[in-house]
Amino acid sequence: MKTIFKFLPIVLFTVILSSCSNDDDNPPPPVNEEELITTVVYTLTNNANNADVVTLRFTDLDGEGGADGTFNISGPFSANATYTGEMQLLNETETPAEDITEEVEDESDEHEFFYVNTAGLTIAKTDTDGNGNPVGIDTTVTTGAAGNGTLTVILKHEPTKPNDGTADDAGGSTDVEVTFSIQVQAI
Amino acid sequence: MLLLSSIVIGQNCQLKFTGKVIDFHNGEPIVGATIHVKTLDTYTTSDINGVFNIEQLCKGPLVLIVSHVSCETKTISVELTKNMNEIVYLEHHVEALETVVLKGQQDSHKALTAQKAVLKQSTIEANSSESLGTVLKQLGGITSINTGNKIVKPVINGLHSSRITIMNNNVRMEEQEWGMEHAPNIDINSAQSIAVIKGSSALAYSGDAIGGIVILKPKQFIKKDTLFGKTIAGFQSNGLAYNITSALTKNFESGWFANAVAGYKQNGDLRAPDYYLNNTGARSIASSLLGGYKSFEKGFEAYISYVDNTIGILSASHIGNTADLVNAINSDVPMMSDGFSGSIEAPKQEVSHLLAKINAYKRFSAFGKLDVQYDYQNNHRLEFDIRRGDDKDKPAVDLKLQTHSLKSDVTIDKLENYTIHFGLSGRYQDNFANPDTEVRRLIPDYERYDFGAYAIVKSELSETLSADLGIRYDYNYVDAFKYYRTNSWEEKNYDLDFSDIIIEDLGTQLLANPKFTFHNISVSTGLLYHLNTTNTLSFNYGLSSRPPNPSELFSDGLHHSAARIEVGDLRIDKEIANRFGLTYKLDTNNLSFNIDTYANFIDNFIYLRPTGEDSTIRGSFPVWEYFQTDAQLFGADLNIDYQISEPWKFTTSLSYVYGKNIKDDLAIIDIPSFRTNSALTFYYKKWKDLNVSLAHEFVDKQVRYPNYNFEAYIATTDSYELVDISTPPGAYNLFNMSADATFALSKTVDFNLMIGVQNIFDTTYREYLNRLRYFADDTGRNITVQVKFNY
Repeated sequence: MKTIFKFLPIVLFTVILSSCSNDDDNPPPPVNEEELITTVVYTLTNNANNADVVTLRFTDLDGEGGADGTFNISGPFSANATYTGEMQLLNETETPAEDITEEVEDESDEHEFFYVNTAGLTIAKTDTDGNGNPVGIDTTVTTGAAGNGTLTVILKHEPTKPNDGTADDAGGSTDVEVTFSIQVQAI
Repeated sequence: MLLLSSIVIGQNCQLKFTGKVIDFHNGEPIVGATIHVKTLDTYTTSDINGVFNIEQLCKGPLVLIVSHVSCETKTISVELTKNMNEIVYLEHHVEALETVVLKGQQDSHKALTAQKAVLKQSTIEANSSESLGTVLKQLGGITSINTGNKIVKPVINGLHSSRITIMNNNVRMEEQEWGMEHAPNIDINSAQSIAVIKGSSALAYSGDAIGGIVILKPKQFIKKDTLFGKTIAGFQSNGLAYNITSALTKNFESGWFANAVAGYKQNGDLRAPDYYLNNTGARSIASSLLGGYKSFEKGFEAYISYVDNTIGILSASHIGNTADLVNAINSDVPMMSDGFSGSIEAPKQEVSHLLAKINAYKRFSAFGKLDVQYDYQNNHRLEFDIRRGDDKDKPAVDLKLQTHSLKSDVTIDKLENYTIHFGLSGRYQDNFANPDTEVRRLIPDYERYDFGAYAIVKSELSETLSADLGIRYDYNYVDAFKYYRTNSWEEKNYDLDFSDIIIEDLGTQLLANPKFTFHNISVSTGLLYHLNTTNTLSFNYGLSSRPPNPSELFSDGLHHSAARIEVGDLRIDKEIANRFGLTYKLDTNNLSFNIDTYANFIDNFIYLRPTGEDSTIRGSFPVWEYFQTDAQLFGADLNIDYQISEPWKFTTSLSYVYGKNIKDDLAIIDIPSFRTNSALTFYYKKWKDLNVSLAHEFVDKQVRYPNYNFEAYIATTDSYELVDISTPPGAYNLFNMSADATFALSKTVDFNLMIGVQNIFDTTYREYLNRLRYFADDTGRNITVQVKFNY
């Protein structure tokens, strides 16, 4: 017993001191977010005219919080036309930019894009996942009469599939939700 | 020669043994101690100076048994060869000490006058499958803040998280308790009693417990050769859950002891009355080992405990942005609802906590007791989010918090009417945020140093009046490394105030090295007045300060389960609380009545509130920022125990808190509403200790809440909608019942069977203090069966 009492404080202080001698001068490394989506690019090509390409682009390099993102819309849609749309998601904090669309494609049964607009567009998803449910990376967009409105692109992670075609019904968590102001012009 | 000497011994019976009997505590002589000379079977007593004389003794063995009323009896065996003089120390207060040990309630570190409540071992055993937060709710004034049913944090008089200190076998739990979804990692089965001190009046433990202190004590040692054990196993219908825990205790008359506890519990998806709550499964492993040696004069104890919890988070609560939150709030049923599953998927948390301690004490005659303790804790927290691709199985949060503490405590009990405690404590803490998560750190890497010193005096001023006074000083130093995004740094205007702490500029990110130093003074004092044998009145005042926690200082990021971006502030200063408590207690044979009233004035009270919206690629999110205000909390907790007539007993507790944010002239967020817990119990000893109880719980709607609702743009409908995050859910009534009986299987083995039903009527309800109330109802009916063996 007596020896325990004698040695206890010594042992304790040794443990404390050894644990305190920490590498104070080595700051931790920064974290570069891997699966961050910084950029949404929706490229639409007029089926009747290869030169009529509309690009809707949203970029937010610093992710959540921080500065608001920036919109880049190449121009107006042509009225009463049919476009083939392709969605692309990028992580541009990496060089070269990482294509997140590939990951979505690989896990297409756990993802679905939804398109909502107030500009009179009709948007149909033309691709399907392994279960025959729509994914929405590839689309066909038909424009109507001239006018203005918004187009919202939503990517749901782990939605209910199949669903009634609306993002609300699909549930899941939202990975992307970007609203573009668009114009449809008469030619 | 041998023969000769033995003859000489036989003839030499003129030896004298003189002695003095002294009280070990104060060094004063004990008058009238009985000295039984066993070898001669004669008796004598000590005189006014504690001195006794035994004459005409022969050479050879002499055995004396020295005893005194309320003292431990001491045996002295000597081989008498010449005249001897010996001082005999008797432990005068030993009887009082042993009663204390048996009751397991008294704690000399707490203020005498503090407002407190205690859970007994029988209550802990009956709730063997529950968490600490759930079982504490049985005490008046204690509620809980939940994230679902398995992440339960105690709330004491309206305050929680960093405002509460939890002591586990005299070790201050160092967990990542700042988060609302971070529950204490404690297995209640390792505790024999759990006490709650309302307010900070246990200065030996901490000075920053503005809300209160929860004290868990393991099984107390009994000085006897014994070996006994206990096994509790249970099944719960809701979630198809089961639990088992076993404890084994070995005590030796010599003072050595050992105790081991091990347990496991798990459940699958819980069920609300109308649907399953998907991904609410949980698993928990807990074990502890305790061993050591105890005598009156000295002893040591080593303790190690390990708890590992895996908890699923309701899948419907994992949402994206404000639009998802609006959908969830406006929908009566969860957005995701499937059948029962026993598996636990992301989102989930896996938290382990290792605690190891060793302490030793020694008593010194005419002085008191010195106690030294070292402890080490390792809290490892992993949070898994729903992720994509290669990162699927990677945690989104990986924090390891390690703590070393060393403390010493001195008790001086030699003085008749005073007890004095003083002590020192030092602590080193290291938080490591693993960058392998590839998610920006919510909580940064930091090192923290604490130093504390305290002194407490307790005094019995007269037969009816007692007083105590405690004072404590704490020093805290935090040295952190944190990466800020350059634009958020500028948005918070840190570039104006903190440009000197930047140590590296990476372009889009800045590495800052914030350092904080705090000096805190805490005080606790009070008076306890026995009006007569049945009525007691006590008053207590406590001053305490709490430095901001890492989340309040540093957090900046998205919380998925809350659909909000939380932003801390480096400018946040410590909170300072002045708490006044007044207690009246009536104790008669069949009625016990206790009312605790309090007023808590907290300067610089830290709280979170929404300040605007931030649009991100995932849509828009409300931003919640930490602010400081002056807060006032007033409240009362009432407990009544009434033995109507054998075998009927009625108990009830009521509690109410009124919280006010002075600066904004608003109610304080997340304050528990008025609630009552009542039970009618039938207990009949002759019928196998049959105990049947019917309980009712009423929780009123919280009508005092701050309105932090806001309008958000909903892209899918191109419109603005109200996000009602503030309105509390309605009042509810729950009925529970339980029945148990004990059967003796043999002399040493008995068996207890308990059957219970919670939420008998399968009532649908939501609780204001459950963070998942936006997404789903609380749990429905649950039928439990539990068996206990004592052997």
